[in-house]
Amino acid sequence: MSITDTKPRPEDLRSVIVNVFRFDPATTDEPHYDSYKVPMTGSMTVLDLLFYLLEHEDGSLAFRYACREAICGSCALYVNGTYRLACKTQLKDLKAEEISISPLPHLKVIKDLVVDMDPFWEKYERIRPYLINDEAPPEKEFIQSAADRLKMDDMVDCILCGACHSSCPQVWTDEEYLGPAALLKLNRFTVDTRDRGNKERTKLFDNEQGVWRCHTIFNCVEACPKSINQTYSIQHLKRRAVARRLGMK
Amino acid sequence: MPSMYHQVLIVGGGLAALRAAIEAKEAGLDVAVMTRVHPVRSHSVAAQGGVNAALANAEKGRDDTIEKHAFDTVKGSDFLADQPAAITMTADAPLRIYEMEHWGCPFSRTDEGKIAQRPFGGAGYPRTCYAADKTGHALLHTMYEQAVKRNIKIYEEWTVLSLVIDGGVCRGVIALNLRDGDLVPVGADAVIFGTGGTGRVYGRSTNSIIVTGSGMAVAYYAGVPLKDMEFIQFHPTSLFGNNVLITEGARGEGGYLRNANGERFMEKYAPKAMELGPRDIVARSIQTEINEGRGFPGGYVHLDLTHLGAKKILERLPAIRDISINFVGVDPIEKPIPIQPGQHYSMGGIDTDADGATVIKGFYAAGECACVSVHGANRLGGNSLLETIVFGQRSGAHAAGYVRGGGKGGPDERLLREHLHRMRERWEDLRAADGPEDPAAIRDLMKETMIEKVGIFRDEAQMSEAVEAIKKLQERYRRIHVGYRGRRFNLDLLRTYELGMKLDLAEIIAKGALNRQESRGSHARTDYKERDDANWLKHTMAHHTPDGPRFDFKAVEVTKWQPEARRY
Ligand SMILES: Cc1cc2nc3c(=O)[nH]c(=O)nc-3n(C[C@H](O)[C@H](O)[C@H](O)COP(=O)(O)OP(=O)(O)OC[C@H]3O[C@@H](n4cnc5c(N)ncnc54)[C@H](O)[C@@H]3O)c2cc1C
Ligand code: SF4
Ligand code: FES
Repeated sequence: MSITDTKPRPEDLRSVIVNVFRFDPATTDEPHYDSYKVPMTGSMTVLDLLFYLLEHEDGSLAFRYACREAICGSCALYVNGTYRLACKTQLKDLKAEEISISPLPHLKVIKDLVVDMDPFWEKYERIRPYLINDEAPPEKEFIQSAADRLKMDDMVDCILCGACHSSCPQVWTDEEYLGPAALLKLNRFTVDTRDRGNKERTKLFDNEQGVWRCHTIFNCVEACPKSINQTYSIQHLKRRAVARRLGMK
Repeated sequence: MPSMYHQVLIVGGGLAALRAAIEAKEAGLDVAVMTRVHPVRSHSVAAQGGVNAALANAEKGRDDTIEKHAFDTVKGSDFLADQPAAITMTADAPLRIYEMEHWGCPFSRTDEGKIAQRPFGGAGYPRTCYAADKTGHALLHTMYEQAVKRNIKIYEEWTVLSLVIDGGVCRGVIALNLRDGDLVPVGADAVIFGTGGTGRVYGRSTNSIIVTGSGMAVAYYAGVPLKDMEFIQFHPTSLFGNNVLITEGARGEGGYLRNANGERFMEKYAPKAMELGPRDIVARSIQTEINEGRGFPGGYVHLDLTHLGAKKILERLPAIRDISINFVGVDPIEKPIPIQPGQHYSMGGIDTDADGATVIKGFYAAGECACVSVHGANRLGGNSLLETIVFGQRSGAHAAGYVRGGGKGGPDERLLREHLHRMRERWEDLRAADGPEDPAAIRDLMKETMIEKVGIFRDEAQMSEAVEAIKKLQERYRRIHVGYRGRRFNLDLLRTYELGMKLDLAEIIAKGALNRQESRGSHARTDYKERDDANWLKHTMAHHTPDGPRFDFKAVEVTKWQPEARRY
């Protein structure tokens, strides 16, 4: 395997059937699954498998990858009916004789496993995803207590993989809904003691296409490969919105 | 249709590239970023341990100064760094780190609420600012946010394949738009490369799969020399199996290295610094243990964190714990992590000055693809994230000044067409390539050759074999085939094209290493064990010719500290 540089040991080898989603919208071919029989090694990941296919079976296969260590967010896919990072998922852990690999559902396919993430990024950009603070900065760093820093902890771990966005029924039905990842990001700034953008951002999330579209279905929480609780953030924002309306903030 | 054009074109989406883009944009210019992957997917996102600046925030670091940081950098470099450049970098360090903090970077905090700092190898003080063990992620996401804030135009999934140069002046690039497979000429008055390292020339690399060195190769073909390419850093601790990095921060927080007999073997090699010796020394110590039969079967040793306790591990090293559980099924709270040294960083790169400028007017480079040089023969942990933001900023500022001072003000259509034509011929030749040779086999052999024969310990015989082997692979590459000839998202073609570049970089690394008859920093020869300042206190410069690299040398700027023996 060229990615892991570990040679398969003969005792590790067994075969597995893989069905991979194939579609090139630029051609007249219909979307379909291609089946391959692939030798599997002990620690082979779904990403290793895709490289195996690319190098040995079909050079036309398209997929995204970069870090191969679950931190860059390139490789979120739908594997055997679950949202997963290809690079983090070992075949043996799927405990299945057959493996089905599809692109993130509900996003437009560019080719095969590569989807158009623009709607996702567009929502991200809409929430003004940067620290807002027009005051002159201190000479050194802002002082922020370790406890305050901790409040952002799992929110800043988001790798922007898009899995939660793809999994949310409210995103599917309302094109304007910000979705879990953007709202998580928004909340990350709301709880940052250095940020002064609350006023502007309230307008962005306290509306029909903001937090009130969330019906706490928890698909996002289940889909997230980084075990982040987006719903918690959305609930936090809802409470904020209510408090503000009641004149408490 | 007129060509695309931007005043300043930034190539890459990592920390160096985005920092350069922000600077040029702030100067009021028309700026665009062109990158092989979406910016947040860049390799910078994977950096773990931290970034150095003499902030003196840590209890044990109160006496730290910029000058001490500069000296540690120079000593760590085995005196091959250019001292004025090291001083520039360390002096800019606090400015750039405070700036990242003001932009919202979620650094970990001290009890006083300041940016937390941890000890790293080869440094006299706890100087490494961190965000748990996800510092690269914290920095890159913050930097991307700032790029979004400034509305910087981003061309995502575009790969630059060649530079357009006319009479020693850079006028743009030819790029591949992966999504539709078109080659596109892009005019620019200044081009800044922040294209990252070349790790994947080697097997057992800790780098992202996309770290192919293509930017270095593109610059090299365009006539910019590559400097000190033989200096490759091997990180002491990469996960046994897939070589995912286990940050030096794990040792910074107090982790022990143990061989198969349970001994803390660093006692023998760096009795004072122990596990926190500089990387080259620790990597060699581990490899020696393995070579002399005190490793575990398969070739690894243990990184033991169990004595740190669950609380510290969960708080300071959560990602390391996840990686270890996920990829090798070991929870470091309970059991030691199996590790071995892995290829990690390219000290060498595109020859630049401390403003990122190269021999080509209007062409700049910053970050890991560049060699200023601040790392010399061995980079200190935490200094390369620093390099990206310091020299990203400086090159952005300098390029902006250059464009303002005399930008050409528009694309040169004739020139761009001419270059497009040439590039297209090469590209179409490869697309049609139908020889017997398999790119995957060549790639695997190249990586194996480099790690086995131009690795941690080097000698004449092995490196000569490597040079021969690479030459043979280059010949085989000429008879290669591509598996897919379609245009849209053709990874096969792009990767095969990049393989040709990687082979040329491998050649430069191997030949440069063979030439250098001394041991210095990461370049450890068993047949020339000592550093030889009389003959080799100089930078290797590789120039492109049709018959392979031509080498000459450039003096090292030794201004403040005379070379001394390196003991830790
Ligand atoms: C696992 C790991 C952990 C690390 N941890 C630390 C640490 O804790 N501290 C530290 O100081 N250093 C660390 N380093 C080193 C540091 O992360 C890198 O040196 C640094 O991030 C490089 O940043 P860069 O901006 O130069 O390039 P990168 O972040 O690699 O970005 C390169 C960019 O260029 C693009 N690109 C490349 N070629 C082309 C092309 N031809 N056309 C268009 N785009 C192109 C890519 O898409 C990418 O966007 C670590 C390295 C590794 C491997
Ligand atoms: S919250 Fe989780 S699932 Fe959603 S984008 Fe971030 S990492 Fe991916
Ligand atoms: S390749 Fe980066 S998250 Fe999978």
